[in-house]
Amino acid sequence: MDKIQEALESTLESVDKAEELALREAEKLGLDEDGQQQFGMAVRECMVNAVVHGNRYNSNKKVHFSIERSEERLIVTIGDEGAGFDFKSLPDPLAPENLLRQSGRGFLLMQAFVDEFDLHSRPGGGTEVRLVKNRPES
Amino acid sequence: MSVKLTSRQVGDVTVVDAAGRITLGEGASAFREKIRELVNNNSKKILLNLGDVSYIDSSGIGELVSGFTTVTNSGGQLKLVGLSKRVKDLLQITKLYTVFEAFDDEAQAVRSFA
Repeated sequence: MDKIQEALESTLESVDKAEELALREAEKLGLDEDGQQQFGMAVRECMVNAVVHGNRYNSNKKVHFSIERSEERLIVTIGDEGAGFDFKSLPDPLAPENLLRQSGRGFLLMQAFVDEFDLHSRPGGGTEVRLVKNRPES
Repeated sequence: MSVKLTSRQVGDVTVVDAAGRITLGEGASAFREKIRELVNNNSKKILLNLGDVSYIDSSGIGELVSGFTTVTNSGGQLKLVGLSKRVKDLLQITKLYTVFEAFDDEAQAVRSFA
């Protein structure tokens, strides 16, 4: 089992770095090109949320990133040091009245592209997201 | 690589050829500026060619939607052509295929503005 754990700066460079790590590990897991890009996008969207909405680019706050690869799956956890939020209160991006909103599709894409999605957010205690992608059946 | 945007005229349709990545940051900003420029120049028929776009994230999708709204509110039309399977999948997942008119063929797309 391989595990990488890092405290990343709250920057868009960190988003790119996490996406690159995810793409590399997804290839090692045996995902095809589409699967790799989808997993990379899920990680990217999650990192963007942590940097932009969670830590709000605050240079004093870190994004806690880990990626763990076993024979069977990849597990990524991404935690921010932001204010936290109520996940259930987010508007449904697929509701007709929300289709033309500029933002709010990140979680939809994350959930579409992974096999397991868990989110824990506490007011004042940051948000942690766990993304799991299983090895494809051969 | 961020996105590269070049425009050309095909009759009265302005075709914008996009290449690269439309993601949070430079890519999405460049796209927003291009649409603003075209609307300010009174372009009413805009065809966005995404044939060479390798990647769009949710911010890029947001800019597409915002561009669509900006053009529509100015009395124009914004349509799409050359979507890769991945971009088509994103429009399916986000239900935006119900918003955008998209074509596989540029000539057909240009004719649709008539």
